[in-house]
Amino acid sequence: MIPITHFLIVSTLMFFTGIYGFLTRRNLITILMSIELILNSVNINFVVFNRYLYPGQLQGQFFALFIVAIAAAEASVAIALIINIYRRFTSIEVDDVDEMKY
Amino acid sequence: MENSVFMFYLFSGTILFFSVLTVTSRRILRAAVFLLFALVATSGIYFMMNYQFLAGVQLSLYAGGIVVLIIFSILLTHHISYKFERPPFLNLSLSLLVAITGAGLSIFTLVTFPFQKPESIPVSVNMQVIGRQLMGTGQNGYALPFEVISILLLAAMVAAIVIAKKGQGNRDKGRGTRD
Repeated sequence: MIPITHFLIVSTLMFFTGIYGFLTRRNLITILMSIELILNSVNINFVVFNRYLYPGQLQGQFFALFIVAIAAAEASVAIALIINIYRRFTSIEVDDVDEMKY
Repeated sequence: MENSVFMFYLFSGTILFFSVLTVTSRRILRAAVFLLFALVATSGIYFMMNYQFLAGVQLSLYAGGIVVLIIFSILLTHHISYKFERPPFLNLSLSLLVAITGAGLSIFTLVTFPFQKPESIPVSVNMQVIGRQLMGTGQNGYALPFEVISILLLAAMVAAIVIAKKGQGNRDKGRGTRD
């Protein structure tokens, strides 16, 4: 049996890779992809805690399912917004979309 | 036993390798394909834990749905051979510092925390149990979050259509304020 810590280390590294991408990327779609990485690593955490610490119930699995549904909703709204921004500014770089900033 | 250890290192290595490539690749379409590989390897980890239903949802919804949506929007908004500029050095090193510090702190906490062995006996995860609990209202029932998520999804779909719709009036209004 693989110890629980190994799974948690993998998901931690995936989470902070997502954070790194979120901070360095300057394009809306790649930022969205970093957010998907973060959500996915949290999902791994839920499932691993469910399997290793509370195997008598299924809370972790259901929360992971709900997170997947929320991620789908979030991605669809975000992409609709990105397409609208592209129509307006013909660019989706974060630096170009600062009309409401000042 | 030996087999599952090998599969674990294969999946986790795939996840980490392709996650790093996703956030560092300078071609956006390749980044999306690397994200797809990372998500598929994650569903492999769910299969290892015997959560077959969740692994199927991960494959069909995440890898099949969200990645295809992202690739569609990339194709709509970018030229296919578009290449990013490198981020500025200061930005890059500060983000790396934040990520490494956070990961180091979290991993230190994880390694030193005493996880306890479970007392409860494992339940078998078959489709009947999942369906009963998802629609149940009593003990271990998840009917309320299920319904809330359904309404959220419906609202998000309607909102996405309304926002992305190529409305004539919407467009004219935008033009009017800009000119």
